[in-house]
Amino acid sequence: MTATALDWRKGLFGNKTNIAITAGYAAFVWWLVVPFLQWAVVDATLHGTSETCSRDGGACWAFIVAKANFITFGFYPADVRWRAAVACVLLLAVAVAICVPRFWSRWLAAFGLGGLVIAVLLLLGVPPGQIVTTEQWGGLPVTLLLSVVGLAGAFPLAVMLALARQSRRGGIRMLSVVFIEVVRGVPFISILYMATLLFPLMLPHGASIDKFLRAQVALILFVSAYMAEIVRAGLSSVPRGQTEAGEALGLSYFNTMQLIVMPQALRAVIPSLVNLAIGVFQDTTLVLVIGMFDFLNTARAAATDPQWLGYYDESFAFVAAVYFVCCFALSRYSLWLERYLGRPGAR
Amino acid sequence: MKPLSSARMRHWLGASAILVAAIATALPAQAGSVLDAINQRGKIKVGVGTSPGFFAPDSNGKWQGFFVDFGRALAVTVFNDPAKVDFTSSSPQQRLPALQAGEFDILLSGVTETITRAFKLGFHFGPVIFFDGQGLLVKKSLGVTKGADLDGATIAIQAGTTGELNIADFFRKSGKTFKSVVIEDSREFRNALDSGRVDALTQDSSDLAIQRTQLARPDDYVLLPERLSKEPLAPAIRWGDDRWLEIVNWTVYATIEAEELGITRANIDSFLDTSDPVVKRFLGIDKSLGEAIGLDPKFAYNIIKAVGNYGEIFERNVGKNTKIGFDRGLNQPWSSGGLLYSPPFR
Repeated sequence: MTATALDWRKGLFGNKTNIAITAGYAAFVWWLVVPFLQWAVVDATLHGTSETCSRDGGACWAFIVAKANFITFGFYPADVRWRAAVACVLLLAVAVAICVPRFWSRWLAAFGLGGLVIAVLLLLGVPPGQIVTTEQWGGLPVTLLLSVVGLAGAFPLAVMLALARQSRRGGIRMLSVVFIEVVRGVPFISILYMATLLFPLMLPHGASIDKFLRAQVALILFVSAYMAEIVRAGLSSVPRGQTEAGEALGLSYFNTMQLIVMPQALRAVIPSLVNLAIGVFQDTTLVLVIGMFDFLNTARAAATDPQWLGYYDESFAFVAAVYFVCCFALSRYSLWLERYLGRPGAR
Repeated sequence: MKPLSSARMRHWLGASAILVAAIATALPAQAGSVLDAINQRGKIKVGVGTSPGFFAPDSNGKWQGFFVDFGRALAVTVFNDPAKVDFTSSSPQQRLPALQAGEFDILLSGVTETITRAFKLGFHFGPVIFFDGQGLLVKKSLGVTKGADLDGATIAIQAGTTGELNIADFFRKSGKTFKSVVIEDSREFRNALDSGRVDALTQDSSDLAIQRTQLARPDDYVLLPERLSKEPLAPAIRWGDDRWLEIVNWTVYATIEAEELGITRANIDSFLDTSDPVVKRFLGIDKSLGEAIGLDPKFAYNIIKAVGNYGEIFERNVGKNTKIGFDRGLNQPWSSGGLLYSPPFR
């Protein structure tokens, strides 16, 4: 018997605890993984109609194939769907660019903003096609747009809120504290309700603001409160001497913050920011309570078509897989980034 | 939608919706003509839900369903074009305040008409287009034909609905007993019947009809014809535009009248040379009626051409030959024992 095999044996059955753990895993595989694979792979139906599916049993991936366009793009007009697809790619590109440390420069903000504006214009159908109203937006572009713009828009606000909360001027500090605590004190759903239902009633007659925009602003405000607290934690990790050194050099407050304090503060909290990003990406699914069709909601609605009635297992499994890939990538990225920034000589 | 929401989330949803509704009612409703806004926009904004057969997107992202077809019929009346309508899905918690806030011109999401909604929320209701009610779904092998036969049975109820109260009242009235099992998740609800944990499910019958199709062996179960509650589902609009209300009313009546007269999408053109004055007025062959009311004289003709009569809309979306397999029950003309009755077109 080779040494490795012996190690394996010891690891699996070496003592009572190890035997128990091995048995636990075996049971898990036997009771959950095997039936799942049986359903999802072995018995699965890949092609055909719902009749084929109900005859052959197993997971009906034919449903996902038939509904792929609807789940991904929702009610977006079919003839200009390429616009939504390009917008998706652009949004992903912006998200990736924000994640790469090499791109962290003053140009990033300009590039990111430009990318987001182009993505929104593409989705709206300008130029030159017919206007696609935000009610027709749906699926992946909506989820990506809400999360990316939600995070990107919240960032400057969060930095300002965090600085204001540390301000020596009581009035400004008070404003920031009240905003942060109020927003953190209520669930996201009620902020969404206020933005979509109460806010229009307060507008003067005839004036109206797009529902998507209202939800987006609500998300930005919500995220900014949480992000501000993360940034504040970063600020307090920077020794007071750094600020004093800046002052001693005759730098203005803004220069001190921009050149000395913020770079150190933000670097310290990057893992928390990525963690927040994962949370926000998933929180965007809540817009389904105000009738918006994000990726999760289009998948759910796809299974209400009488032609394909009730394939909720398949649609949720599909959506879960996509969300998992995105969130897992982000979480691996966060680990990598921590190591990258922790290495000696990291900027 | 139910698999997503935990009890806690639902609690917040409910509380927030009530708060918003309360504040919304305290504010004055938006003035101005709804019809003017529709004409200016060139489209009708319709609020719908998502439920198979009633309103659901097809694979091309186009809305289909029973209520959706009435939205298309309205677009025919106003614009003579069934495509000039935008459907927006809204959640049950959001739809009523959203109508008040002016997000839709009309709500065709299966709203139950009640006196509170009429007075306190300030809604007008058009004609009832679907007579729903709480029903009982039971196993055929039990040999039960009416609710009272379920003496001592175990019945599953979905949490957070008025169903619990209705079923308790029903059994108290008939002096029978039953055991209730309250279930939150809609799949668990169904599984309870499939696994034999309960003898029957109770819920709005339209919902039960859909639940039945999802059971392992749908044909082993039957939806009892009895209804324990009244859930008349009607189009809802805000107070303040009487002409818009009449357009809603008579668009629905046109589909009902056509069925009474035996006019269908297929045979409508054979009626064009009729000598029956009722049909002539209805189809606008005699133009005097349309001119008098200020609508396209052929609006009823156009509606039937586009979506068919009430019976056709029903059968196409939720009828016996669809997966929903709903029985017409009360939803047939009064002349066949139902409750549909159109006032005369004259």
